[in-house]
Amino acid sequence: MVSFLLRRIGVMLVTALCLTFIVFYLTNLPAKLDTLAKTQAGSRISDAEVASWLERNGYNRPMLLRYGEWLGVAPGWTREQADGSVTGRCQQLTDSTEPEAAPTRCGLFQGYWGNSTRFRAPVSEVVGARLGATGLLMMWVLIVMVPMALIVGVLAGMREGSRTDRGLSTFAIASTATPEYVSGVVFIALLASSTIGLSPLLVSWGWIDGPVLFQGNARSALEKITFWNFALPVMTIALYGMGYIARITRASMTEVMTQQYIRTARLKGVSFTNIVLRHALRNALIAPFTVIMLQIPWLLNGVVIVEVLFSYPGFGWTLFEAAANNDIELLLAASVVAVLVVLVTQLISDIGYVWLNPRIRIS
Amino acid sequence: MTDPLGWLEILGRLFIQLWPVWAALVVLYALSITYKRRLGLYGKLFDSTVGMIGFALVMFWVFAALFADMIITHDPLGQFSGMRNAAPGSPLRDPAGGYEFFLLGGDALARDVFSRMVAGSREVLRIAPFAAMISFMIGISLGLPAGYIGGRLDTLLTFTANLVLAFPVILLFFLLVAPEIQNTAIPRVMAGILFLMPVLFFTVLLNARLFTQPMKRNLYVGAVLVVGLWAYSGLAFNADPLGVWGMSPNLLNVFVAVVFVNAPTVFRIVRGITMDIKTRDYVAAAQTRGEGPWYIMLWEILPNARGPLIVDFCLRIGYTTILLGTLGFFGLGVAPESPDWGSTINQGRRLLTVYPHAALAPALALMSLVLGLNLLADGLREESLKD
Repeated sequence: MVSFLLRRIGVMLVTALCLTFIVFYLTNLPAKLDTLAKTQAGSRISDAEVASWLERNGYNRPMLLRYGEWLGVAPGWTREQADGSVTGRCQQLTDSTEPEAAPTRCGLFQGYWGNSTRFRAPVSEVVGARLGATGLLMMWVLIVMVPMALIVGVLAGMREGSRTDRGLSTFAIASTATPEYVSGVVFIALLASSTIGLSPLLVSWGWIDGPVLFQGNARSALEKITFWNFALPVMTIALYGMGYIARITRASMTEVMTQQYIRTARLKGVSFTNIVLRHALRNALIAPFTVIMLQIPWLLNGVVIVEVLFSYPGFGWTLFEAAANNDIELLLAASVVAVLVVLVTQLISDIGYVWLNPRIRIS
Repeated sequence: MTDPLGWLEILGRLFIQLWPVWAALVVLYALSITYKRRLGLYGKLFDSTVGMIGFALVMFWVFAALFADMIITHDPLGQFSGMRNAAPGSPLRDPAGGYEFFLLGGDALARDVFSRMVAGSREVLRIAPFAAMISFMIGISLGLPAGYIGGRLDTLLTFTANLVLAFPVILLFFLLVAPEIQNTAIPRVMAGILFLMPVLFFTVLLNARLFTQPMKRNLYVGAVLVVGLWAYSGLAFNADPLGVWGMSPNLLNVFVAVVFVNAPTVFRIVRGITMDIKTRDYVAAAQTRGEGPWYIMLWEILPNARGPLIVDFCLRIGYTTILLGTLGFFGLGVAPESPDWGSTINQGRRLLTVYPHAALAPALALMSLVLGLNLLADGLREESLKD
């Protein structure tokens, strides 16, 4: 088990290194740096001015060296200014006026994530605050999605081919066919529009006070989460994710229900409810567990779409803004977080699978 | 000035406007059901209700895309005075001999939502199936040797596939589908590698089968190479001497990104199935006969893996459609006026709470197509499990 863990973590680190380098390469292409210089120093500057801006800010060094700089394994760039004082990456990041006070290396390993050019704040602050907001969203999504998916899957799988099975399976298929930008649009039109859908009807009946039933904009959820401003974003993400988990649960459940020990229990005269709850359920939930873990990074897609659609300033929205404005340091930090989430959930799902499944655990 | 249409009238007119689709669907279903016993797996599809519904939904959009020029009521890019955000069924102020109504209303730029929706199906169906097909050929060409030969090759390919899979899709799109990237060599280089795979696939496929009959082999492989390399030069490098094959840099970038995201998943599926099948007796028999490894992979293992692969192919077209919608939703890699569903939803969402029809129509269209593909896959899975 220990050697398995160590090997997994080793592969994980190599993967993280490769992926961050790819992101670094793609965000630091010459064309993207030109765009950055123009957004920072004015859009009408000449090519020569772009080149000198890039040189002043240490962007003209070789790519690999700068990647090392960003990681914190290579010393940061320094430059002597016209008045004789020294400036450099580490001096700017630590805000130190004394050139000697700044460390020579200042990258990820030393805890310096750089500055966001879009939000004009340290990246660690921006990412930290936004991750908190997205964490809340994800928590509610999981609370809604996982039990719903498991219930649908178990109910459909316990009697294969029955009418319940057909109905619930079709629902699961339909939910996997509804990406977030479709369900979000439909939800807003149905429930959060003051001109059509349910809300005007409810208002005319005098059932609700405000103009709309649910809020189509989740920005107010940053201060206070209420059912009315958070239900739609949560439902939108949960709906697309749950279909897949439900189908895996159903497949796993139908397989378990054909096993010998279920038949034995039936012949002993155990009631159907007891068979499902006591004998089948625990064995049927091994496969969904790994799928749920692997689903979490996949939800990131949905998080970005939903946060943009409902203008909820979380991690996904930040990622979108960073990409739209070519905010290199922020984009790199966001990808590190995203890649870490993917790799850690993969690791947990691997460990969980081994741990839950006695056949693998013992051998 | 005519009165706006009621909902029943709108539905009736939509039904009439879509007549080429209904006609084609009726003919297709009549023929398929009559001859279903002679049509193999495709025929068996008509034994399953779910599969039939799914296939009907898919073919509805395929025919809509094919006959788009006959169905659309107005120019999908044209703007009509007084029709900004018009409600569904609004009459045109000045039809000028053309169709008198905007059946599904107008969008924020006074264009016809219905025509744009139908034209959008063409945009989607032009890319999604082909991107899925190329992803499959890449996945198969790499997954078969990885599963069959194993060893170092397998380790390397699996690591690379996992690397791509660990990348959040949306991040990859933000990074890879951008105007700055289009001007660099990256899409061309990636297309150069990715598009070479199908050519190699067919060459090896035919060569493995026919190398004992050199005359026939030379003819077939030669033909594949001529056509394949001709298409390859045009699609990947835009250097087709005759100008038949070609892709705009926009489209190429989107295509490459979508294929790049899909291929590793296909690779994993093919690798898994291959590792399972290579222990079967008929593979051992072929090895004893002295067949070469590529013959065994492509003509013994691949045909026996077709069931799960066909099912996954349908699902993958659906997933590709969703990915294309995502790209359009973020305005990545689409032409500014493009009627594709994703960017239409994106434009419609700004006025969503007041005029939802502009975003709802493409949203429901996209959903119905993907739903059709998923139901079709489910029907195929059920029927292929029966034998």
